[in-house]
Amino acid sequence: MDSTIQGRIYKFGDNVNSDIIIPGRYLIYIDKERLGQHAFEMLGEGVNAKLRTFDILVAGRNFGCGSAREQAATAIQGLGIKAVVASSFARTFYRNAINDGLPIVECPALYAAVAEGDEIRIDLAAGKIHHAGQDYTFPQMPESVRKILELGGLAEYLKTQLAEPR
Amino acid sequence: MKRIGATKLFDPERLAIVLDHISPAKTEKYAADQQISRNFAREHGVRKFYDIDAGIAHLVLMEAGHVAPGDLIVGTDSHCTIYGSLGALGTGIGYTEVTSVWLTGKLWMKVPESVHISLSGGFAAGVYSKDLMLHLIGKLGADGCSYKSVEFYGDAVPGLSISERMTVANLAMEMGVKCAFVPPDEKTAEYLRGRLPDASRYQPVYADSDAVYEQRIPVELGKLEPMVACPHEVENTKPIGEVAGTHIDQAFLGSCANAKYDDLVVAARILKGRRVHPGVRLIVTPGSKQILLEAMNTGVLQTLLEAGGMVTNPGCGACAGDGGMLADGEVCLSTANRNFLGRMGSGKSSIYLSSPATLAASAIRGAIADPREFF
Repeated sequence: MDSTIQGRIYKFGDNVNSDIIIPGRYLIYIDKERLGQHAFEMLGEGVNAKLRTFDILVAGRNFGCGSAREQAATAIQGLGIKAVVASSFARTFYRNAINDGLPIVECPALYAAVAEGDEIRIDLAAGKIHHAGQDYTFPQMPESVRKILELGGLAEYLKTQLAEPR
Repeated sequence: MKRIGATKLFDPERLAIVLDHISPAKTEKYAADQQISRNFAREHGVRKFYDIDAGIAHLVLMEAGHVAPGDLIVGTDSHCTIYGSLGALGTGIGYTEVTSVWLTGKLWMKVPESVHISLSGGFAAGVYSKDLMLHLIGKLGADGCSYKSVEFYGDAVPGLSISERMTVANLAMEMGVKCAFVPPDEKTAEYLRGRLPDASRYQPVYADSDAVYEQRIPVELGKLEPMVACPHEVENTKPIGEVAGTHIDQAFLGSCANAKYDDLVVAARILKGRRVHPGVRLIVTPGSKQILLEAMNTGVLQTLLEAGGMVTNPGCGACAGDGGMLADGEVCLSTANRNFLGRMGSGKSSIYLSSPATLAASAIRGAIADPREFF
């Protein structure tokens, strides 16, 4: 995985729950494309298509709250979104994103500074987000967790683990 | 497992599978998925397998004695926090992570900070553990206890039934908790007697006497009143007086939060000898087959049916979007734990949450109503 992610942001508010991200009726699917087709559809017609024109989601507090459905992280990737930056994440979404290989960054300072359509650059290795000439830092994930993300998710990580003699 | 190339479970005895969210299968795709689950359980020797007749996983696992104090339980459902009602640590994870636990028996976790909630006194008539939790969620917010272990103490706790404790630990999830905890006591031991496979499984764990809490929240139960969570977030709670009179089309008595036997009894007492309003569809989905049987044997089911309700098979039911869907503009009052936009159907429908008593009173009136009018 590339440690730099760059692109235009779409901005959400607080408490975006996982039922909004992907409604329960689609949990029978686990593939990115299919889930991506229905991501955020509860927010109205055209929202799904609009989100596909952005690269990164920026949100307020408690992003991904509610249901523990992993498909929330998968559906976001299905939209072509490359990362989510939030002031804070719900714990289940945080884990699922890592396990699904979706880069997530907790950076409360960025939220007030950005507007929809702004360009940002996230440097995961350096723990920095660059926006409009300003750098915003965020704490690094522990090495073990970062490794899961770098390999593209827990399934890939497990493959490497199970391949090693125990 | 196939994708990863794994063939062997870490320990099939520590794994349970319950088919609860969409049961019986609604489409061919669900049928095929459930077939995979059945075959998997058979091939891998998973003996704790519960098919579509059993009910909601959380309630089924506790009833069957698979949850003991001190256990660490993870599952692909956020409301695993409910196991805290028996003094176990329960928390939700995703399906890839569950697969990983099946294969390795391992998981990474951060040790959460603890929040001390002290409950004193007793509930006034018409007020229940659901109202307590809606009060707390409204006060602290959807991330008010994010990643925290939330523990319940105080002189009121011994008086709470196991069913009430289940509601408490279940709803704690809606404050963002990692886990909830009610210290096991005589009632816990009594509930588990005859359920646990052997008495040695009863090994309660308690907080250290010098444990540090990052927050202490006292609640006087006697001061609480019936509460309702308004669309489309659970933290959007209001005292009953502010929402009474809101028209409803459907009343759903179900979910892992409030479809236990005691919950059905509370609703039946109010509905006995009365009629559900002609404009309201009352859907009753008992939490488990055991609950259904008990309600059948004691006449509770008959009361609910005679009052104008309909009873579905046990399971997650309408809370998980399985039957009881809402059309544009419709309003549902539900005893479940979530009222998120579109969760029960149309993105133009609304869900309110309440206790079973408020639900029963409202089903009669055809609009959100104060249950205390029926006491």
